[in-house]
Amino acid sequence: MDVLALTQKFPQTQNCAGQDMPTFAVNSAELADIVKYLRDEQGFDLLADLCGMDWKDRTPNLGVVVHLLSTKNREYVRLHAACVDDSVPTVSAIHPGANWHEREAYDMFGIKFIGHPDPRRILMWDAYPYHPLRKDFPLAGIEVPFPAADVAAVTGQTVEPAPMMGGPFVSSGGHMSGAEPQALDQSWNEEKPKS
Amino acid sequence: MKTTKEISLGDIAARSEELRGENMTLNMGPSHPATHGVLRLSLELDGDKVIKCDPVIGYLHRGDEKIAENMTYNQFVPYTDRLDYLAPLANNVAYAIAVEKLAGLKMPERCEAIRVACCEMARISSHLLGLGVYAMDTGAWTVFMYTFNEREKLYTLFEELTGARFTTSYTRIGGLTRDLPEGWLQRVETFCDGVLKTIDEVDRLLTRNGIFLERTEGIAPISKELALAYGLTGPNLRASGVAFDLRKDKPYSGYEKYEFDIPVGTKGDCFDRYLVRMEEVRQSVRILRQVIKTMPGGAWYAEDAKKIFLPPKAKIMTKMEELIQNFMLVTEGPQIPAGEIYFEAENPKGSLGFYVVSNGGGVPYRLRIHGPSFVSLSILPAIVPGNFLTDITSILGSLDFVMGECDR
Repeated sequence: MDVLALTQKFPQTQNCAGQDMPTFAVNSAELADIVKYLRDEQGFDLLADLCGMDWKDRTPNLGVVVHLLSTKNREYVRLHAACVDDSVPTVSAIHPGANWHEREAYDMFGIKFIGHPDPRRILMWDAYPYHPLRKDFPLAGIEVPFPAADVAAVTGQTVEPAPMMGGPFVSSGGHMSGAEPQALDQSWNEEKPKS
Repeated sequence: MKTTKEISLGDIAARSEELRGENMTLNMGPSHPATHGVLRLSLELDGDKVIKCDPVIGYLHRGDEKIAENMTYNQFVPYTDRLDYLAPLANNVAYAIAVEKLAGLKMPERCEAIRVACCEMARISSHLLGLGVYAMDTGAWTVFMYTFNEREKLYTLFEELTGARFTTSYTRIGGLTRDLPEGWLQRVETFCDGVLKTIDEVDRLLTRNGIFLERTEGIAPISKELALAYGLTGPNLRASGVAFDLRKDKPYSGYEKYEFDIPVGTKGDCFDRYLVRMEEVRQSVRILRQVIKTMPGGAWYAEDAKKIFLPPKAKIMTKMEELIQNFMLVTEGPQIPAGEIYFEAENPKGSLGFYVVSNGGGVPYRLRIHGPSFVSLSILPAIVPGNFLTDITSILGSLDFVMGECDR
């Protein structure tokens, strides 16, 4: 791909020197324009993937990662866009296939896509109150009302957090620490019963 | 006096507004034999004609991406079985290659060749099921019996290789769980002969079958432009006339060493998608035969990946260093350097992509799974309206999706 042409046309674009494909950090306001430019001028005709990210330590923590593929030149490009007020412009007008990916990113991270034609949840049910892939959301889940209100009215059922005792067992991450592995979610374990 | 009135369709058409009834909303699924899993189509119908189609997904959502962030890389391999559970071996391979790329590992030739064999057998297995249920959805029961007979033989081969018939979990980061069993390649060769005969039989049963043609030819054509705009991949993209196959265009695991053709459709209708899958089975057999003939010897795991792949069992039992290494790997997971990688493999249903972000250590920071079935279903609102209700079974069958991968 023509990196120079891209960075000249969109001067706020930073080249991040990706290890597997050209990677750019783009100004999120320009995301849709860049995707359109890459499709029309540089042959990136297929949206390989679009997903949300929670970077935890960065401000803002939410962002979007777009992978584009050129079927003619057989190459990929990756775009990182940080959210402004938890939102980025939609690319679904350029690649209609982004519609569902953006719905998923909204569902899982709460990222709003400005101009999206159908901003509904996709994997979780419509009344679900949380965004489960955010880093501050516990693995076990949080108790929420049962999706079918008529069933809940009779049975008093709720959607409960998953039992975490017994796993999954992981280290705390980072370099080999020598620590005993333990369940990452400690809200409920052998000593502390489920509240 | 005799009066005559010529009846023509035009009369009805002229009165269509007057004759028009109420639209009907119909839920197809989530439990319906033709939705191949828990997919619900919320349809708006004008008589038998579909005017709006809204797929409702998420019934099989298990939060695989969240789970992946909470376990070591190897612990996640069994979860990949449950993505496209009709081709678990191909998912295992795609996941392992993605993480190995992040770790910068080069796999020995034997490992790569075994993985290619796994991928192609998974492709045959998935396509046999896809073709079988597609035929069944359009009213031809027998084909399903024939293709399932072959899948049964495949499962026996998988069992011999991996110890499991269905959820194989065969790969590990940096290698495989075990080497090929004695005489296994010969049995694969025997299978290859048999599956070609079955495919020929299916060909004779379906390709010129009047009912099948009626139900698939010209139904829901997807143009090249539409397919690209929606990001379709795999057989569905190729049926629309785009000759893009990651095995050729972005070769991985040594695919560049094998000779095979990419079947490409012309119209992109349901019949083309059937033809492409039929030919892909034959091409997969062609690749398998080359793999069997040229299977290299040597190591089947990366021997230099000390902090990634488990040492041999015999050494763990007798040597201190290997014992410690084994302990660290099992408890803390394979140590993968920080970075990010996006890798797509040409799976039976399309490109299965893994976007792995690591901060170092044994647990991914984020593991995004891009499932081709998710993409295939996202095109439904664009292609289903205008067709009849009965065509939906053909369209769903021709797209060959699986909900495990769509909902993750």
